[in-house]
Amino acid sequence: MKVSSPQFKEKSVIALADPRLRQALGQSRKGFVNKRAELVGALPEFEQLRDEARDLKNHVLDNLDHYLERYEAAVTAAGGHVHWARDAEEARSIILNICQRVNAKTITKGKSMVSEEIGLNDALEAKGYTVVETDLGEYIIQLAHEPPSHIIAPAIHKTKEQVSELFEAAHGGPRKTTVAELVTEARLVLRDKYFQADVGITGGNFLVAETGSSIIVTNEGNGDLTQTLARVHIVTSGIERIVPTLEDVALFLRILARSATGQETETYTTLSTGPRRPHDLDGPEEYHVVLVDNGRTKMLGGKFQDMLRCIRCGACMNHCPVYGAIGGHAYGWVYPGPMGSVLTPLFVGLDATYDLPNACTLNGRCESVCPVRIPLPELLRELRHMQHQQGIRPQGERRALGAWRFVAERPGLYQFANRLAARVLKGLGGSTGRIASLPFAGAWTDSRDMPAPEGKTFLELWQARSKP
Amino acid sequence: MPSSPAARPRVGLFATCLMNLFRPNIGFATAKLLEEAGCTVEVPSAQTCCGQPGYNSGDVDAARALARQVIAVFEGFDYVVGPSGSCMATLRVDYPKLFAGDADWLPRAEALAAKTHELLSFLTDVRGMKAVAADYAGIATYHDSCSGLRSLGIKAQPRLLLGAVGGLELTEMRDADVCCGFGGTFCVKYPEISSRMADEKTANIEASGADTLLGGDLGCLLHMAGRLKRQGSPVKVFHTAEVLAGMATGEGIGGTSK
Ligand code: SF4
Repeated sequence: MKVSSPQFKEKSVIALADPRLRQALGQSRKGFVNKRAELVGALPEFEQLRDEARDLKNHVLDNLDHYLERYEAAVTAAGGHVHWARDAEEARSIILNICQRVNAKTITKGKSMVSEEIGLNDALEAKGYTVVETDLGEYIIQLAHEPPSHIIAPAIHKTKEQVSELFEAAHGGPRKTTVAELVTEARLVLRDKYFQADVGITGGNFLVAETGSSIIVTNEGNGDLTQTLARVHIVTSGIERIVPTLEDVALFLRILARSATGQETETYTTLSTGPRRPHDLDGPEEYHVVLVDNGRTKMLGGKFQDMLRCIRCGACMNHCPVYGAIGGHAYGWVYPGPMGSVLTPLFVGLDATYDLPNACTLNGRCESVCPVRIPLPELLRELRHMQHQQGIRPQGERRALGAWRFVAERPGLYQFANRLAARVLKGLGGSTGRIASLPFAGAWTDSRDMPAPEGKTFLELWQARSKP
Repeated sequence: MPSSPAARPRVGLFATCLMNLFRPNIGFATAKLLEEAGCTVEVPSAQTCCGQPGYNSGDVDAARALARQVIAVFEGFDYVVGPSGSCMATLRVDYPKLFAGDADWLPRAEALAAKTHELLSFLTDVRGMKAVAADYAGIATYHDSCSGLRSLGIKAQPRLLLGAVGGLELTEMRDADVCCGFGGTFCVKYPEISSRMADEKTANIEASGADTLLGGDLGCLLHMAGRLKRQGSPVKVFHTAEVLAGMATGEGIGGTSK
C-alpha cells in the first residue's frame, strides 16, 4: 500500500471538515468504548489478565526463535507448509506462486491486516485474479476502493447511508436501508463466492506453537467459510503472533474480545491445523502459512520490542481522541491510531512519517486500555527522540528549543524574560483579560482566545511579599 | 539539612512555567494550602522549568540538563510540590527514566522523584487533609488532566476536597477523563485537531450544567478557557487550588465573559 503519511496534516484537516465521517466515527467508537468499559468492570481479574498477557508475550518474544521453530515443526507434522517472508515483496511472490501453481481464478479473503501491510490485493488483481473480501467491512471498502481506516472495523468511517449507496451501485436496486437488509444482501452475494474460490486467504490472530494451529476470531463466520471451502488455505501472519500453547490462547481470547468490540468473546473462534485429513468431511487440500517479518526482527531486543506484543485489538484507536477527531485514513498507511503511529515509522521509515509520532498529546488513554500494556506514549516519545537525533525535526523547532534551553538554564535571565513577557502579554490583553489575536501565535488564537497574564510573575510577587 | 517530616516539613514549591507567567494566584493558593496542611513553604528563586518541553520534543539532552538543575535546586527539601500533574509527573515519573544507567544522577533523580508530589495528592494522600475552610457559590465540573490522572493516579483527591467546599456543588461532565487537546506544543502544531478536541470538551462542559470549570493543570485550563471564551461561554474557569484556598474570586482564567 502506498504511504501517504507525509500528507497527514492536509488529510486531517479535510477529515475534520467531513460531517459524515464525524457522524460515522462518533457512533461506533462510543459503542466500543462503552461496551468495553462495561465488560471490563464486570471482570475483576481483568487487570491481572493484562499483566499475564504482557508477561507471556514478553516471554515469547524473548524466545521467539525457539517458538517459531516449534511452530514450523508442528505445522509440517500436520501436513502444512510454512513459508518465511523477509519483506512484503517476498510475501507477495510466495502467495502469487502458490496461486499460480494451483491454477487459481477466484480468491476469497478473510480480514487480514498483514495482507494489507504487504499490499496483497493489488498484487493479486494485477495478475488477473478475482479477489473477494468476505469480511463485511473489508467488502464495503473493497467496493469503495479505499484502504481500511481501522484495524478491526475497516469501514468504520462509512455511515449506513454511504453503505446503502455503495451496495446499490454494486448489486443493483432497490436500495436497502436497514442494517439487517444490508447484511443479508452482502451474505447472499458472498455465499456463492465461497464455493467458487480456489484459494482462501485469512490472517491469523494466534499461531499455536504446540499444535501448529492458526486461530482466527470473527463475528461473521466469514473466515471459517473462506478457509474451509477453498481448495487451498493460505494464512498470512506476522512472526510475532505466536503463542506457546492452546491453553495460552484462552488467556488472550479473554482480553481480546473485551478490548476490541466489548464482547465477552467474539462469535466465532476457529482453529485450523493443516489440510484436510483423509477422514475429514471438509477442509482445504493444501494448507500454507506465510510468516512475514517485514521489519519485525529489527524491533526485537530494542526499545520497540514492546510494540510486538500488540494483538491488534484496536482499543488504542477506539480510545484515542486524535483518531476520534480525524479517523484512520489521515495516518496514511495500513495501521492508524496510536499503534499505527508507532508501527508505521518503524515499518516505512522515519522520513515519510514525521507527523505520526507528533500528532499526539501524550494523554496516555491508549496505554491505559491496551490489553498487553504497551507503553504507547513512551514509544511515540522515543520516536520523537530518534527524529531529533536524525535531524528530521523542523529547523524552527530546533532553534526555538535551543533558545528555550539557553534561557531556562540561566535562572536570572529566565525570570527576567518571564517578567517581560507577563507585562507585554498583559498589555495585549487590555481590559478583557484575554488576547484574541496574537502575532506569531495564530496557531493558538485562530480558534481560541489566549488568557492574558496578570502583569507580574509569581516569583516576582512572592519575592516582593517575603521581603521584610 | 531536611527537617524531620514528622514536624513541620519544608516544602519546596515548584512554580510551574505557566503558573509563574499566567496566573500567580494559583501559586499563592498553593502556598496557602500547603501552610494549612502544616508545611513550611519556600519558593527557590533559582528554579526555572522542569524540562518537559524538551523531553516531549525529542530533545532528551536539554531535558536532562534542566532536570539536573531542578534536582540540584530542590533535593534539599523534605518535599517538592507543585500545582500541576503534568510538571510533577515529569519529576516523579520521567526523571528516573532520563537518568537510567547514570550512576551519579539516577540515585539523585530517584530520591527527588520519591518526595515529589502534585499538590492535591500531596494534601490528601501525604498530609491527610480532608476538609478545607473555603466557600464557593457555584456548580462546578472537574476536568481530569491526563498526566495527573494516568501518570499519578489523581482522580479521587480533588473531588474529595472539592466536596468539602461550602456552597460548591460538584457535577460530573461526560468524558471528564478525555484529553482537552492542549498537549503542550501539540495545540499549536495541530491547531485544527486540537480545536476539535476542545470542542468535544466544551460541549460536555456546557451540557453538564456547570457554571464553573475546574482542573489541576493550568495548560489545559488556559486551553479550555480560551476556547470557551471564544465561543462566548459564561462558564468561569479556575484551578482547583484557587477554589480550595478560597481564592477563586474575580472572573477566573480567561477574564470576563463577553
Ligand atoms: S497497541 Fe494495544 S490497544 Fe492498540 S491494537 Fe495493539 S494490543 Fe490493542
